[in-house]
Order: sequence, then structure tokens, then C-alpha cells
Amino acid sequence: MIDEIERIAAEGEQRFAGASTLDELRTIDVELLGKRSELSAVKQKLGSLEPDERRTIGRAVNDARTRLEAAAAARRATLEAADLDAQLEAERLDLTELAHTTGRTRRYGHKHLVTQAQERLENVFIGLGFTIAEGPEIEDDFHNFGALNFPTGHPARDMYDTLYLDYGEPGTTLLRTHTSPVQIRVMQNMPPPIYMIMPGRVYRQDTADATHMPVFHQIEGLVIDKGITFAHLAGTIDAFSKAFFGGDFASRLRPAYFPFTEPSAEFDILRPDGSYMELGGCGMVHPNVLQNCGIDPEEWQGFAFGFGIDRFAKERHGVDDLRDLFSNDIRFLEQF
Amino acid sequence: MKALLSWLREFAPLDADPHAIGDALGALGTPVEEMLRIGHGLDGIVVARVLDLRAHPQADRIQLVDVDAGDGEALQICCGAFNMTVGDLVPLATIGTTMPNGLEIARRKLRGEWSNGMLCSPPELGLPGDPGGILVLGDGHRTGTPLRDALGLEEDVLYDLEINPNRPDAMSVAGLARDLAAHFKVPFSLPAPDISGVATGDAVTSLLTVENLAPDLCGRFTARVLQGVSVGPSDRRIASRLTLMGMRPINNVVDVSNYVMLELGQPSHPYDLARVAGGGLRVRRAKDGERLVTLDDVERTFTGDDLLICNGNDVPDGVGGIMGGASSEISEATTDVLVEMAWFQPMAIAKSSRRLGIRSEASARFEKGCDPEVIELAQARFIELLGSGVGRVANGMIDVTGELPPTPTVRLRTSRVNGMLGTSIERNEITALLEPIGFATRPEGDDLDVTIPSWRPDSATEIDVIEEVGRHYGYARIGSLVPPAVHFGALSERQADRRAVRDVLVGLGLSEALPMPFLAPDDVARAELPYDVITITNPLIADESVMRPSLLPGLLKTIAYNESHRSAGVSLFELGHIFRVPAQSQPLPDEREHVAIALAGAEAPDAVALWEALADAIAVPDRALMAAAAPGMHPTRTATITVAGETLGSVGEVHPRVLDAFGVSERVAWFEIDLGRLLDLPHGSRPYKRISRFPSSDIDLAFETPDEVPAAAVADAIRSGAGELLVLLEPFDVYRGTGVADGHRSLAFRLRLQAGDRTLTDAEIADVRDRTIATVTAATGASLRS
Repeated sequence: MIDEIERIAAEGEQRFAGASTLDELRTIDVELLGKRSELSAVKQKLGSLEPDERRTIGRAVNDARTRLEAAAAARRATLEAADLDAQLEAERLDLTELAHTTGRTRRYGHKHLVTQAQERLENVFIGLGFTIAEGPEIEDDFHNFGALNFPTGHPARDMYDTLYLDYGEPGTTLLRTHTSPVQIRVMQNMPPPIYMIMPGRVYRQDTADATHMPVFHQIEGLVIDKGITFAHLAGTIDAFSKAFFGGDFASRLRPAYFPFTEPSAEFDILRPDGSYMELGGCGMVHPNVLQNCGIDPEEWQGFAFGFGIDRFAKERHGVDDLRDLFSNDIRFLEQF
Repeated sequence: MKALLSWLREFAPLDADPHAIGDALGALGTPVEEMLRIGHGLDGIVVARVLDLRAHPQADRIQLVDVDAGDGEALQICCGAFNMTVGDLVPLATIGTTMPNGLEIARRKLRGEWSNGMLCSPPELGLPGDPGGILVLGDGHRTGTPLRDALGLEEDVLYDLEINPNRPDAMSVAGLARDLAAHFKVPFSLPAPDISGVATGDAVTSLLTVENLAPDLCGRFTARVLQGVSVGPSDRRIASRLTLMGMRPINNVVDVSNYVMLELGQPSHPYDLARVAGGGLRVRRAKDGERLVTLDDVERTFTGDDLLICNGNDVPDGVGGIMGGASSEISEATTDVLVEMAWFQPMAIAKSSRRLGIRSEASARFEKGCDPEVIELAQARFIELLGSGVGRVANGMIDVTGELPPTPTVRLRTSRVNGMLGTSIERNEITALLEPIGFATRPEGDDLDVTIPSWRPDSATEIDVIEEVGRHYGYARIGSLVPPAVHFGALSERQADRRAVRDVLVGLGLSEALPMPFLAPDDVARAELPYDVITITNPLIADESVMRPSLLPGLLKTIAYNESHRSAGVSLFELGHIFRVPAQSQPLPDEREHVAIALAGAEAPDAVALWEALADAIAVPDRALMAAAAPGMHPTRTATITVAGETLGSVGEVHPRVLDAFGVSERVAWFEIDLGRLLDLPHGSRPYKRISRFPSSDIDLAFETPDEVPAAAVADAIRSGAGELLVLLEPFDVYRGTGVADGHRSLAFRLRLQAGDRTLTDAEIADVRDRTIATVTAATGASLRS
């Protein structure tokens, strides 16, 4: 009987190994391991054997069953792997053929270059401890000029080609020529200390050309606190230069004139190669401006600085004509 | 303002090299825009006379010029400039010359014709001037003379400087030299003209009288008279300097007037005394509508704010401080010259000059504020420089004063200087910084009393003087510190929300456009918008004369532009301000921040989906769409957007008629909302809802609904009927046709029900189903389709 069992196991192993499909394997499985299999038949005879022989034969039956199950499992694994390979092969795609098919594309949109530049600048100043203030684009003469220490008729007003609006008394309502009126609104509405930047759109009566637009964007900063000095202005400009452009950039200040700051300066960014780029204007907030906003200039001091955003957007990507920046041509917008 | 190094050096021993001086000028707040080296590399360049001009037989852009370079022979030159005529004296670079830019001049053939040298433009000689033409020299030079001698050119450096409006002193060579001398710590001295050798003429008071009827506008008016003047060409050195400084030499009298102005900052006006009628001058305000032909041959009309210099008969002769008149102009026949030097009120000059549209070298100085105390020196310098051109100087100077600004004395606190600059400069060091630029100091304890010099009218308060201390201490020497206080930077909620709005729209494939906020007047009507607009008083062009009351016209123009450049189907958004005339009077117009999207080639549901995505991104609660017409929008494909019951905008498609008016050929899906108001309303709250561990059950319900009942109303009724067990509601089918009555459609919804604390029983689910059906039927008149 032992021989018989050995034959069943050996033949069975060969049968399993020879199965060519999973269906065939299942059929063989039923035939060799099911209730009607030869092995089952042998097992049913165990009851009629002597205890010793029953033990020996029983063990042999179990061993044979284990061998057959292992053979089935091994063959199943092989056949399943082959099946999967076949299925995967059938799914083969030329990805370059399908990638650009209409309807399948998922396209990301693009923030405007000016927005990108503004957000990057905002992020740097947030890192330097500033918050952001905003104000209206239509302003009155007081906030745009008067409070900023430009008396009526002052020649310094000629530096700004102002667009006036038909609203209220003639010459009183205008499109802000700089973001500085936001400084005034901030100082009027919140007690110091103030550490704020003010980005936004500004307007000038300027013909559009490669470097000028009648509508453009500025960002400026205002710090008012006790004991703030010109050295803090220089330090802040320098920290900005390094944070925005890189640690090997530096800055320098040169005397300049603005009615709303004194001492005033222009600031340049010094590149690692020794060249520099003129960036903007800055200075200590003029005592008259503080007074105009109800802040005691003997108690509080501070500085302001400002520069154009559009140039950053333009120069970062090598755009050589400012008008392209505002063409809103999708072929332009989608480049950045 | 231009400055010649040789001229600066007449006032101070400025030995530093020209680049260091240029850097110092920048560090002092008078940055160098251009630095030109004059008179270098001019060996071999001589004066030549044009003998003949002929067309080049082979070329249009070159002509053949015969010149005499001093030997009487005709030398043929090929030349690309056409600004000279026969007889002109011009600079010729002879064969073998090395030009200032390194170019070597050789005999060569141009298109078959020999060129025996090169005629030179000013920039080719390192001189300021037009690069497109040959430098045509004045008469009086011998041919063959080296150009350097002819022009009186020494090797020199010409700085072109940017001068800030608060530095009238820097609009003179002497003023710049004073600043530089202080910077380099070398002595500075003004010229001390010696006119003792000039014969004395008649008493000036016997020759004319001066009346000042406008003392508020004219603070000082002086006149000297030079008799027996011979008018002729200037001294070569003066003419050469004027040319380099950008002024055209005219005659010795006018040239000296300009020279003194450039040197000392004091403008003057010379009159032919014989042509000043009525025995003198009257300074008075113009009468409204009064007229005068100025030196530039333009007839000007004045107002009562303009200042006129009239003759003794009260006939206007010139505009005070701005431009002289033609009637008393210096001519070759002039023998007696009246030299006016005055001080005019800066603001008045600025206003007149702007209104009249005249900007002269004189007005540019007067409007920033001249030094009323330099006049005696300037008058003497005028006489000295005219030299032998003057016969006699009338005895005395007429000097009529009006209102002059006071020369203030300012208390300068040493502690304030250091507190403002962040320095630790001692009182004596401050004195050492201020005295060389003429700010006289007197110690007052730890502080100083500082007397402002008459040439610094911009300086009047302590902070002005602190700026001077900083300027001469050196901005570069002031330290660099980060502000000490602890403060925190962050975006405000509104700013973060605005970024979230941009991010979600960009993420969904829209690109951000930034059209100009200006519109043409008819854009608003073409977009069928009903708003009253704000107009610009002084627009540059009529097409940009109205402030946009909506983002619609700008984005439609953008789509039309892109369509015309073969970019169809663009998806755009914009965040920007819009401007309207407010309903009620208020100090400033109604200005709001809007957001709009425009999807070319898409239909209304796409816009709705984007609005929903945007609203989800910033968690806008209690929002609804209600079918309603909106300005410029498609009448049957538009809904208003309401949040918390407030209408904030509309969504749908743009009206085909409006699209047509803007030349847009695609459909345009659109929404525009008042983003500022949206962000004012409560939003952004997202309380955590525990996710149930118990199984959920789905039920599908289809309702036959009249077309006029919005699907949103059915969905609302389902939510209300199903109650809190409803965790998800999805519309999955809309059907019209067989089995559904005309004018109705079937709306199918899948409801997912789930409880947080138990598995729902069949009875509970059936109960929700029944309640839902009852609520929907009652609320909307819909009937369940079975």
C-alpha cells in the first residue's frame, strides 16, 4: 500500500507540474485532492487496518497529500505569474502617443508674473517680521501728497505725473501715484510699533514704452518704533538683499531727496561680481509726516523704503519689454 | 547739471583721481550719470574747411567731401553725415590718427572712392553732442590748427550729474566744489574778482531807476551798468567750457551771463540799456491776459501770478526769473549793458514756469531757491570775466529789496543726531562736518546752534541739518543693524484667503490676467453694464479715460486679443479693484476688490463648478445660486450668487450680444463676485465631523419636476427632509423624454445615510425615505418617479 501511495504522489506531482492553465490546474486539483480522489479512497481504507499499520499508512497518506498540495501551489504561482505577465503585456501603451491627446491633459494655470514677484517679496518680508497693509487705489490729495509733506504747489509734486479723477472738488481725487498713502492710513489707524509692507498698484500719466507703464506695482515698507535709526534702515535693506537675492548680495545707501523722508537715500543692491542695481528709495520718516498722522516724532522714529515690483518680474525671466508683461497674451502668461 | 573737473579744481585742490571724485559725488547725493574724458586722443585731428560736397556715385548714404586741411589742397573724404555746407570748418582726423576709441585712421576706399581721413562727430571726439552729425566749428579758426588748440580743449573730465530738488547749491560748479572739498577735507574758496582796474563810468542811479512793485515775489533786484561794451565772440576758454556744459556760445555778454550762472548758481539777465525805454525797470505782477513775445519768439499770455520785468514805461520786457523779452536783447550794436541779478520767490517761479510751459536754466535754479547773498560776488565776477570787453563800469549797484526768507538758526541736539542716525558722533565732530559746507555752529552745552547758510534754502529744521551731518559723515560709515524689537510677520486671514483663491483657480487650470484698469468710454455701454463710472480728468488717451466698473470689459478684450492671435479657449481669471460712483455721497468713490473668471469656449456649468471650487477652498457657508438676469449676461444661463442672503455677483455665460460687441467669437463662461465683501462675511469655519465606524446605506430617488423648479430647490428639500442621517447627496441623472411630462424633467439623486452611533435598521431607512419624499413633494410640487 505504501508503494501505491508513493505512486499516487509521484504521478500527481507530475500531473500538477504539467498543468498548462489555471482551469486545468483546478480540474487536476479536484481529481487528485478531492473527495473522490485515489488518495481519499486510500484514506477511507485506514479504518480497517491494524493500529500499527494504520499509523504508518496514515502518515504516508498525509505526506503524499502535503506533497501534492505543494506541487499544486507551486504550479498555481507559476501560472498566475504568467497570466499577469500576459495581461500586463496586453495593456502596453505608448505613453508619448497618449500624453498630449485632447481631453486627457490636466494643465496647471499660471499666476501672473507680477503676482508671483509680489508674493515672493511678501514672503521674504514676512520672514523678516513684517505684516502686510493695503489701501485704496483711488486716493485724495491729502493721503497721496499733503500728509507726505508735499505742500500744495511744491515742485517735488512734479516728480509725479498724476492722473486726476472727476470726483469731488477738481484736483482733489486722484489715482495714487505711489503706495505711500497706505503708510499714512496705517499710521492714522494703528498705534506704533509698526512693522508693515504695503504692496499695490499705482498709476502715473505716462506713455507705455519698454520701461514705463501708466499702471505699475510698488512695494514699500514702514517701520515705526522707539529708538529706530538710520542704521536699522540700512540693516533692514541689507537683510532684505540677502534674503531675497542670496547671502552673497549686499546693499548700499546714497543720499537722495524725498519730501516724506529725511535723511533720504537711494538704495542699490550690490551683486557678488561687484556690479550693482539701483533699486529704490528710502529714508527716515520725516517728523512732519509723523506729526500729520498724530504720532509724536520725539517719542517714535522710523523708516520707510519702497521700490517697483514689475522690474523684478521682468528681470527675473529676462523679459525685455514691460509692455509684454501686461499684454495678457496666453502664450506669455503660460510661460511662467 | 554738468561739471568739469578743471572748473571744480579752480575752487579746491581736488587731487583725487577722476573716478574717486565721481564716487564722492555719488556718496554726497549728486550721482554721476555719465563721466566723459575730454580732450584725450585728439593728436592728428585738425581744423579743415569744406570746399565742395558731391554725391558718391555708388552710395546714397555717403557723400564725397573735399576739404582743405591747411595746405590749400583739396583732400577727398567719404563722409556719412550731411549736416555741413561749403565753407564750414570741421574737425578732420588725418591719416595715421588714433581716435579716442582706439580706431586707427588709414587711407581707404569706400565703394570705389578714396577717403583720405575722417570727419568727426562730437562723440567720436569724446565731446557731448549729436552722434549723427559732424561737429561744425564756429568761424575764426585757421585751417590746419590742431583741434585741441582751436577748441581750447585741455584734458579734462566732464561729469553729468543728477541733482535732487533739495540741492540748489549743487546747481553750480562752486557749490559742487564746496561739497567735494568738505568730503576730501581740503580747503575751498570762492573766486574773489578784482575789478579795480576797470574804469569807473557814470553813477548807476543817473542811468536808470528800478521799482519793485511785487516785493513778495521779488526778494531782491540788483542792476549794474557796463558802459562802452564791445559785443563780440567770447574768450575761447569761456566758449569752450560753455559748449562742454551743453550751452551754445552766442556773444561775450550772453556767454559771461551763462558762465556766471553755471559757476555760482546766480542767473543774470543782460539788457541793451539803450533799448530799455522809460529810464528804468519796474518789477510787477502781470495783469490777467497781458501778453509778451519772449526771447524764443513765442507770444505768451500771463495771469496775475506771473511776474513781469517792465521798462520805465510799464511795457513788459521779460518774465521775471524765467525768460527775457526780445525787445532789449543784446546785439552787436549794444554799447551799454544793464546786468540784472535778482532773487525770486521759488514757488512762484515754479508755478509760472509750469503754467507757461517754459523751463530755462534760470528758472530751474530760481524755482529751487538761489542764494540771495551771492549777488554782489556774481556781479563782480560778471565784470571780471567780460574783461577787456568792458569800457567803464557805472558807479554803484542798484539794489532793491523785497521779502527775503530769514536765515534760520537751528538747535541741533547731539543726542538727536545720534538717535536718528544710529551713530555716536561727538559734538565737535559734528562741527567739523558742518562748518566746511557753510553751516556755522555755536556750542550750546552738549548741543549746537547751527546757522543755515543762505545757499541752502531747503534746510530749515533740525532734521534737515541731521541729514547734512549724515551726508558728510558718510552713509557708508553708518552701521547696519536689524531692528531690535520682537515682532511677528504673517499674512492676514484676508491675504491668506486671497492667495487660496488664486491657488485654487490656478490649480484648476486658469491663468491670471492683469488688464489695465482703464477703459474707453464706450466699453461700459458695449458690455451693457448699468454703472455710473469714474472718469479721468487728464487721461493720456481717450481710450483710457474711464475707470472700470467691472472686470468684464477688460477680460473680454483679453479674450478677443487672444482669439485674434489664434489662441482659442483661454481660461483666465483676474483679481482686481473696480470703481463706481457711490450711491451716496462719500469722500472717495466706491472701490471694491472683485474676482472674475472667463472661460472661452466653455458653458455656464463650467463657471458654476469653478465658483463652487473657489467657495469650497475658503469654506463659504450658506451660499446659493438663483436664476436671475444680470447685466451683460446671458438671459437664460445666469444665476446670481448669494452668500448669507446677500447678492455678491453672478455666474453663467456672457450675453452673446456683448460677446459680439467685443469681437469674441467663442461662448464665454463667466463669474464675477465682490471678493472683498465675500471675505468680510463669515467663512473658513471647518469643524471636525467624526467619521462614523458604522455601515452606511444608499437610496436612490428620482423626482419628476417642472422645469421652472430649480434642481437646487429639490436638493434643499431632500436635505431638509432626510435630516442629519444624510451624509452625502449626489445628483446622478437628469432625464427628459418618454415617461416624463412635457415641461418637466426627472432629477435623480443618490442619498447616503449613516448614523454615528449605530447601524441603521431597515425601518429607519424606510422612514427617512418616506419623510424625504413627503418633504420634496410638499416643497417643490415634484412627484416621485417609481
